[in-house]
Amino acid sequence: MTEPLLRVQGLQKRFGGVHATDDVNLNVIPSETHAIIGPNGAGKTTLISQLSGQILPDAGKILFDNRDITRLPAYQRAHVGIARSFQITSLFMDMTVQDNVALAVQAHQGHSFRLWRPARSDDHLRAPALEPLKTVGLHERADWTVSELSHGERRQLEMAMALAVAPKLMLLDEPMAGMGHEESMQMVDTLKSLGDQTILLIEHDMDAVFALADRISVLVYGRIVATGTPEEIRSNDEVRRAYLGEAA
Amino acid sequence: MTEQIAPKEQSAQSEANTAARRSRRLPPSTLIMAAGLLFLAIVPPLAYFTGNEFWLSIFTRLTILSIAAVSLNLVLGYGGLVSFGHAAFLGLGAYAVGIPVHHAINGEFESIATTNGLFHIPMAVGVCALYALITGAISLRTRGVHFIMITMAFGQMVFFAIVSIETYGGDDGLTIYERSSLPAISLDNPLTLYAVCFVSLLLALYLVHRIVNSRFGMVIRAAKGNEERIRALGFNAYAYRLLAYVISGSMCGYAGALLGNFTTFISPEMMDWTRSGELMFMVILGGAGSLFGPVLGASVFLLLEEVMSDFTIYWHLPFGIMLILAVLFVRGGISGFADRLLGAKRDD
Repeated sequence: MTEPLLRVQGLQKRFGGVHATDDVNLNVIPSETHAIIGPNGAGKTTLISQLSGQILPDAGKILFDNRDITRLPAYQRAHVGIARSFQITSLFMDMTVQDNVALAVQAHQGHSFRLWRPARSDDHLRAPALEPLKTVGLHERADWTVSELSHGERRQLEMAMALAVAPKLMLLDEPMAGMGHEESMQMVDTLKSLGDQTILLIEHDMDAVFALADRISVLVYGRIVATGTPEEIRSNDEVRRAYLGEAA
Repeated sequence: MTEQIAPKEQSAQSEANTAARRSRRLPPSTLIMAAGLLFLAIVPPLAYFTGNEFWLSIFTRLTILSIAAVSLNLVLGYGGLVSFGHAAFLGLGAYAVGIPVHHAINGEFESIATTNGLFHIPMAVGVCALYALITGAISLRTRGVHFIMITMAFGQMVFFAIVSIETYGGDDGLTIYERSSLPAISLDNPLTLYAVCFVSLLLALYLVHRIVNSRFGMVIRAAKGNEERIRALGFNAYAYRLLAYVISGSMCGYAGALLGNFTTFISPEMMDWTRSGELMFMVILGGAGSLFGPVLGASVFLLLEEVMSDFTIYWHLPFGIMLILAVLFVRGGISGFADRLLGAKRDD
């Protein structure tokens, strides 16, 4: 097996009496799409937030690219190559679509303590900002204000912003949340078109998960109960009982 | 792929939309600013030459307070940081003129005793930058109401510090017996003083315009709406805000140096927390986050003050009512209201 890009070892997080992350061990291999599934309240978003640094774990280790990033502040994790999208759309609502992506590009190009030259006519920002918009199929909306976009389009923009920083690892928190079937399928196509991009994905839409994932980990009450290929997960009894069974 | 999301009519609509955006080269707010600045360039000198020196002095005060409001707008309007202590910068800037002049006339502290404006202005800006750096480094670790209270607390600290220094008059204030001397410019001439203030306002507006549209400005404005995301993108929001706070404070300190030269009498009263509140009123009433809004807000404030204070000492009352109405019903203050009236979206 190739050296994992991301290694999570014995991760723990408690909120009061709730054990949101309970001894989680997880490996993400380069260029795989790794999905985390689990019932509501299983602690999926909490796990992602610890990986991207919004929440610090109580115990355990997060290794990225052989570097310990357990205590690294969120804004520095972006610079080591981790980009995240948010489950609840988290965009700059008063700005245009292209402005949003341009900010991500800006972040990727290093610090932004440039106080004089106008950012909106800076070709080093505008052109690279248009690329990910094309990838997700949103480039015709480049001049629109985010608040004018439909829900599905905002989800696409979330994706474009994560793509814009050319991350080593994309953390996607329910990229299809609230999307219709057709929009979801289109997002699946978009994600498939990314090819070698390493992705750690949380998703509720099982069709999408089984279409996309190379490997799946099942999280229940903060614990990973199984990890394997989609076929292995589908035939795993414990998973069926704990999770898939509920839906079936 | 795009055709799938956007049916034909919709994409036609989007093209029309885009075309409409492009044609809006000059939004109403820009026209209002041009008209306002033209007014400030012509009317005050006219008032002076027709013997209405009183009105010139009102306009001088207007331009100075406008610079202060424009500086506050950088953090409050664009950055979403409600600083309730900006009057402290005005005061420090003014005392950066008053104290060296005091020593130049009364002796002592020879190292800073001078009437040279080329010393006063860097002093005002430098002291305020340092004060902003220290207080900002602490205040910006807090959010929301806590930030408001802590900036106000720092402002009051400066207020009481100046009150307690007897040498500089304490709460009786300090008279500036000689204005800052500048090469080739005499601030004793009211028209020259106004010209200096007006040009300073132009520069302040241009500076803020450049900053808010730069890469730095985009980060500041984005952090206002969504701080978590700006961090997730890889920006250290704290550092960006701190720099914005220092720039804003320095600019306000410069306005304070002008204010000291204008009034020639300074007292701790000018940095009382209610003064900070007035600056906030100007920004919010005029239109927080619009370039020229603070100048409009300052104009309304001064106009009301001049007109209403002739009739009643309770002239703050109508101003308060206007502010409440503006906040409740007009998003974006006077500037936003004018834009809506003239049928266009906000755009800087």
